[in-house]
Amino acid sequence: MANALFEEKLHSDEFLVTTEIGPPKGVDVSEMIHHIDILKDKVDAINVTDHQSSVMRFPSLGGCLLVKECGGEPILQMTCRDRNRLALQADLLLAYSRSIVNVLCLTGDSIDVGDHKEAKPVFDSDSVQLLKMIRTLESGKDVSGNDLKGVPKFCLGASVHPEADLIEPQLIKFEKKVAAGAQFFQTQGIFDLASLRRFMQYASQFDIKILAGIIVLASARMAKYMNDNVPGIIVPEAIIDELASVEKGKGLQKGIEIAAKLIRTIKEENLSHGIHIMAVGNESVVPDILEAAEVEVARH
Amino acid sequence: MIVAEQKPLPEIRRMISPYERVLILGCGTCMTVCDAGGEREVSFLHNALRVAQSKGGNEAHHFLESTLKRQCEPEFLEMLVDKVGEVDVILSLGCGIGVQAIAERFPDTPVLPGVNTSFMGISSEQGVWDERCAACGDCRLEDTAGICPVTRCTKGILNGPCAGTKNGKCEANKDMDCAWVLIYKRLERLGQLEKMRRYYPMRNFRAIPRPKRLVRTPVALGEDDG
Repeated sequence: MANALFEEKLHSDEFLVTTEIGPPKGVDVSEMIHHIDILKDKVDAINVTDHQSSVMRFPSLGGCLLVKECGGEPILQMTCRDRNRLALQADLLLAYSRSIVNVLCLTGDSIDVGDHKEAKPVFDSDSVQLLKMIRTLESGKDVSGNDLKGVPKFCLGASVHPEADLIEPQLIKFEKKVAAGAQFFQTQGIFDLASLRRFMQYASQFDIKILAGIIVLASARMAKYMNDNVPGIIVPEAIIDELASVEKGKGLQKGIEIAAKLIRTIKEENLSHGIHIMAVGNESVVPDILEAAEVEVARH
Repeated sequence: MIVAEQKPLPEIRRMISPYERVLILGCGTCMTVCDAGGEREVSFLHNALRVAQSKGGNEAHHFLESTLKRQCEPEFLEMLVDKVGEVDVILSLGCGIGVQAIAERFPDTPVLPGVNTSFMGISSEQGVWDERCAACGDCRLEDTAGICPVTRCTKGILNGPCAGTKNGKCEANKDMDCAWVLIYKRLERLGQLEKMRRYYPMRNFRAIPRPKRLVRTPVALGEDDG
């Protein structure tokens, strides 16, 4: 039977910490396993990304199986870009059968930003419809109304973009995600705490948990690249200047400081229910960030 | 209308290379309007092929020109019967529908596509065309303020913008408007934002099974119409 540890924590008052791991392009999973090993006891759950930025990789579900094998708590990131409703439902059945019950429901980045630009984009569903699809499976039926043998139960998350330059349509969609059954939200990378504060004032009317997204930047160049190429990311000029001001080779150290400072402020000022750290290739520094931010997850 | 783009000359030359007598066949409707395969383009292509031939190569093609009002209608294709007997191949500058209508009407004559049929759309400025309809068979423009998310959102999603939109533009192409920002703004202007707050379920991709066929049944007239 599934061990719904993360879901139990969602019902507590704990400051929640999640992070994410991007699987490798290839079959050498040793580094991913190393990252799982150093992170699993430092965070409440580990997301495994689903071909992030539309770059073909080892699959999210496979990565979640490895997190399980290593004794961690996985969050299955699931996008609608590459699978139609048959394939999504099938993967969810497999996930549940292996006790992978936390699912982050995403629409998925455009094929155009990835490394297989000529592929057919699927998008048979969107993030809201995926949430509904999973709640339908929990009712013992597939989305065509056929009975399931054995009924799964999931803990569902979604994403939200509090710093979007046009926030209203994002909030309309956010409310649809809440109505469709999202229990927790991991936000896009946050840099401007004023917009997080505004968003939280609005979001507090809903019975959900918000984990503020923290991106670990390693250099000014990386920040600029993300601004130009990674959907949904807005790194302010002041942060880019801060990263540019340090001597060569110290960028990541600066990025760790920036992330830790954000986390400390978020926690002290109670600006969210937790954080979600996206280290984008520098997963091994996540424990350093948590230490610098003086954040420790509760042991059970 | 249907929008297309003429294929590159080298590709056209490669396709026609096995044939001697070539009928270059234009189409007087959409292909004329989108400058891909009307009478004028037939003439230009004819000249270009002749010049290319005279500059070398061993081919000795003989070209005929013609433009039908519409390649996609059987009654216009009947006008071609005599000409088809005189050629080895038809190079159609009609859309993909025209090419296939010719293939069905003239089973013994090869037909080649001279254009890449691209989409259904409108001309937004001189020389620029934009896609507007995906012919999904399940029109939802009532709910989206007359702006189609199936066609104009790169993901074709139905419940609002993804998080990739920035400055009103799409994550897939910074020059392309985000369809959902356009829809949001127009719904707001029309005082119909409640339409965006509704949940829209997954599309029925079999609204009309492919290949689609439409059989018209008489429309029932209401009392007022009688």
